Amino acid sequence: MDVAAVLRYVVFEASVTELTEPFDMSQPAISKHIQVLERAGLVSRSRDAQRRPVKLEAKPLAAANQWIERYREHWEGAFQRLDALLSELQAPHPKKKRGAP
Amino acid sequence: MYALKVTTRGECEIVMTRMFDAPRRLVFDAWTKPDLLKRWFGGPRGWSLVECDIDLRPGGRYRFLARHLDGRDMGWGGTYKEVVAPERVVFTEAFDQKWYAGESLITQQITEEGANKTLVTSVLQYDSKATRDAVLKSPMESGVAEGHRRLDEFLAAELAKD
Repeated sequence: MDVAAVLRYVVFEASVTELTEPFDMSQPAISKHIQVLERAGLVSRSRDAQRRPVKLEAKPLAAANQWIERYREHWEGAFQRLDALLSELQAPHPKKKRGAP
Repeated sequence: MYALKVTTRGECEIVMTRMFDAPRRLVFDAWTKPDLLKRWFGGPRGWSLVECDIDLRPGGRYRFLARHLDGRDMGWGGTYKEVVAPERVVFTEAFDQKWYAGESLITQQITEEGANKTLVTSVLQYDSKATRDAVLKSPMESGVAEGHRRLDEFLAAELAKD
């Protein structure tokens, strides 16, 4: 079972019982996943209420942004090379032999 | 140097925009001519474009092959759906290694923003949200998903303890 899949559902505070629904899993199984996520600091559970809702921590919410950031970095490298190429192509006298058409 | 903006749009799309200090025609050529593509479109560190065949017309196909210093190959290709030089190219993309499911549709809009300024907007449309997110998580074989992999490993190790 994919722990990350559980994480995806914990966008809003949800109780363990509520989390069993989308996954068709038993309450103990869900609880086990929640414990893992809790140890990883990805979710927290409030202590006061009997319902003990599972709350997503801010950090994993940023995960989606991190993916985008990594993707951006990947392309940024290529685009920097493109910048260099475009400037070389526009230079009146190409510095290197291979720059000539 | 201009900033590259990457955003998601809707469920299935990635939108990338980047400005370049060059006339539109030159930017268009750099994206569509094999000899120019080979000089910048190498992909992440260690990868270079070793094969690049382009038949730039609607219905025409293209085929790219990138090779890593360690000998690994990564190939991909697709079909041009629309070619309006020098402003727009629409094409499909599918990788040999199927590192994402199915085929994506890429629309590249190249707009003049001044005498020597050109904006490139790429809209990458995937067949599902899961595919789109998978692409964002592990862009090509660049190893950039390192942090995420470490989290996966950590979670797996934690699970194994129970």
